[in-house]
Amino acid sequence: MSNHAIREPVAVRWTLTAVALGFLALFLALPLAAVLTEAFAKGWGAYLRALATDVTLSSIRLTLIVAAISVPLNVVFGLTASWAIAKFDFRGKSLLISLIELPFSVSPVISGLIYVLLFGLQGLLGPFLAAHDFRVIFAVPGIVLATIFVTFPFVARELIPLMEEQGREEEEAALTLGASGLRTFWLVTLPNVRWGLLYGVLLCNARAMGEFGAVSVVSGHIRGLTNTMPLHVEILYNEYDFVGAFAVASLLALLAVVTLAAKTALEWWHRDELTATSH
Amino acid sequence: MTTAALPLLRRTRVASSVIPGFAPALGFTLFYLSLVVLLPLAALLLKAAGTTFEQWGRILGDSRVLSALGLSFGGAFAAALINAVFGLLVAWVLVRYSFPGRKIIDALVDLPFALPTAVAGIALTALYAPNGWLGRHLEPLGLKVAFTPLGVVVAMVFIGLPFVVRTVEPVLQDVDLELEEAAASLGADRLQTFFRVILPAIAPSLLTGFSLALARAVGEYGSVIFIAGNLPGVSEIAPLLIITKLEQYDYVGATAIAAVMLAISFTLLLAVNLLQKWRRARMGA
Amino acid sequence: MTRSLLIDDIRQILLPLVVAVLAAMTLAWAIPGARAAEPRTLLNVSYDPTRELYQAVNDAFIKSWKAKTGEDIKINQSHGGSGKQARSVIDGLEADVVTLALAYDIDAIADKAKLLDGKWQGRLGYNSAPYTSTIVFLVRKGNPKQIKDWNDLVKPGVAVITPNPKTSGGARWNYLAAWGYELNRTNGDQAKAEDFVTRLFKNVPVLDSGARGSTVTFAQRGLGDVLLAWENEAHLALQEFGGGFEIVTPSLSILAEPPVTVVDKVVDKRGTRAVAEAYLQFLYTPEAQGIIAKNFYRPRDPEAIRLTTSAFAPVKLFTIDDVFGGWRKAQAEHFADGGVFDRISAAKK
Repeated sequence: MSNHAIREPVAVRWTLTAVALGFLALFLALPLAAVLTEAFAKGWGAYLRALATDVTLSSIRLTLIVAAISVPLNVVFGLTASWAIAKFDFRGKSLLISLIELPFSVSPVISGLIYVLLFGLQGLLGPFLAAHDFRVIFAVPGIVLATIFVTFPFVARELIPLMEEQGREEEEAALTLGASGLRTFWLVTLPNVRWGLLYGVLLCNARAMGEFGAVSVVSGHIRGLTNTMPLHVEILYNEYDFVGAFAVASLLALLAVVTLAAKTALEWWHRDELTATSH
Repeated sequence: MTTAALPLLRRTRVASSVIPGFAPALGFTLFYLSLVVLLPLAALLLKAAGTTFEQWGRILGDSRVLSALGLSFGGAFAAALINAVFGLLVAWVLVRYSFPGRKIIDALVDLPFALPTAVAGIALTALYAPNGWLGRHLEPLGLKVAFTPLGVVVAMVFIGLPFVVRTVEPVLQDVDLELEEAAASLGADRLQTFFRVILPAIAPSLLTGFSLALARAVGEYGSVIFIAGNLPGVSEIAPLLIITKLEQYDYVGATAIAAVMLAISFTLLLAVNLLQKWRRARMGA
Repeated sequence: MTRSLLIDDIRQILLPLVVAVLAAMTLAWAIPGARAAEPRTLLNVSYDPTRELYQAVNDAFIKSWKAKTGEDIKINQSHGGSGKQARSVIDGLEADVVTLALAYDIDAIADKAKLLDGKWQGRLGYNSAPYTSTIVFLVRKGNPKQIKDWNDLVKPGVAVITPNPKTSGGARWNYLAAWGYELNRTNGDQAKAEDFVTRLFKNVPVLDSGARGSTVTFAQRGLGDVLLAWENEAHLALQEFGGGFEIVTPSLSILAEPPVTVVDKVVDKRGTRAVAEAYLQFLYTPEAQGIIAKNFYRPRDPEAIRLTTSAFAPVKLFTIDDVFGGWRKAQAEHFADGGVFDRISAAKK
């Protein structure tokens, strides 16, 4: 960007930067600051005490379990779906992509509702499940299902455009040279998309841990048993335990900031490779 | 639904590719998609299909339902527009200019993806309430944000922002600087270059980001209910109405509203994806 | 860049994933197994404002049960809006006992899911409601708007905070209390009562979905001049938010009877009937009645009432059966879709 003709005057650049940063401060930094201020309103001691209660710890555990199940499943799906979509031509691709993206636009409330309609006692499969004493909603499986639904598109959506952009030449070359299909995928495709994959996993994980609406509908809100961290935040807030509520919230916010910072650091660290692999 | 779609999904250029694994990859994709997304949604549609024509008319003709749908879609549209403008600006600043802390700010953009929506709602309400950090200064100006439709838009802007920034950023990075130089040497000023050269190049991604932000905001629940005020006909969103109907054991009403929202959102996404495909085909030709 | 380096990188990404999947599967497998070794549990599905009450009651009951039978039990709690909680039970949340805000919600469980006997309300004393409450006003310190009674709420310029009657049990009591007040003043003129409640809701700037949301809006966000609240919620708010508020008791209010019952099908399936029934009967004991009064619910036990008269302001109370002909009728007339409340919301605009 050395060419003078394609740079804006300094004043314009400063104004644009200031407006953009102001907008971000207003909409992103301030809410984050509000969460942290409330969490530490009564100091470090109160903050740690709020986190160390049994029910809070069990909500953290449940959240980790849910993410540990739903994220890997969606990663496997994301990889296969993007392989099928990016490396081959077939009719109905737009429809398929739209269907994959659909959970993005389904209201979280509806995502919960569909599982109630399916597995609830008054639902399609509910009486069967109840007869066999198998609980889906108001138990961990329901929470996992709702989370998988909500985070379904994150990995696939990151990978599809990336793989499409990278084309098929490299894979075709590897295959002509005698590599097996799986080996090609492992050694050519995956390395090419790993940054996108990493980013998709981070987003998928963040959303899996932070989902509120869908999980709220299927959880049953049993203290210490079926409350995930976001649900526990609401409960603490409703008990007028504002420090506790925002302390748990700050953990989730912190998780987001840390994973995103880690991603940035990783990218910076591997920036030489990155320029080599990116097109 | 899957079986009906299969002939559509038949591979068209079988001979031209040596890449293996089409059948298992697509097979698994369709299987997982059906299991996780299509089957549960089919249960919803099945429930909605049992609704009589008359019930549909009564549910959707209700002024309260109409104004809730209006607020959800109208608010989401306004929020997506704001995000398109400011998201583009943010992407531009992050890609084109360098300033201290740029990386950190770039990472911060993803915050709304990660922050639980309920937390976002509580935090935004705390900020914009009449006694909040921002609300305190806006109130004397006659600007009420929390507990009004404006608050709904604010929450929707928050959750939709990363969609626009993240879809525009990579494309903006790829815009060919030589084209801009050429435009400049032909006498175009910066503004002309932006509107004639850069904007057309990033327009598709901007549209995608806009539609994703729109679709996400339409269904948003957690962050909006805290800041909305939830007055029927004024600041009540459609997802809240679904919950309200559910809590009155009105499954028919809840599924009917859900089905309508689903249909509109899906049409929107499909239209955008078809538009992108059409554009790619045109550019390829 | 070499291939092996790439493989290392892939391993870095994939290895943790594989480990995570295995760990998750182990955990998912381990949880039900681990649960079997735990003490017997009861699940009490309740409404929002009873969190503190049942925390105290549960501790006392666990001790009393242990003393009586030697068995350790654990009581799990779920709280939320009364209607939402009832719906969860209908959809399969396995509650041994439900302790909800109004009889209608338990009727719904009996009607829609057939999980318990339709005549459940006669099974325990005092209409199966071991404690009562009423609706009072919470105003800001010094009562700047001079709010003394229901008719002050419809004055122009008074902002009233109440939750949404469609989603909140407490809000329905609020609404019916206001209606009953005007009905009493006008000697039973229903049209005047509707007009009165319409004007009252014209003064409502925010409808939160639950009672707790409204209290936070009023106390924490500083919105409104008066909060319509459960008596116990008003007292709790005074305790939690300090001295900025005072309670005003209106001249006439409604007797709210939050009922409790055992969910027959669930306790029979889980084999918990005896302990579940003992749990609810415990609520009527002097010990529990004392806890109830301490949590600002009005006790039923005459002795507990005598001990706590000073805590509760005297107020004339009417019942929903007398004025509205019971919950089912009130629900259908006022709160169902197309009912009076919908008409009021539409008139508001």
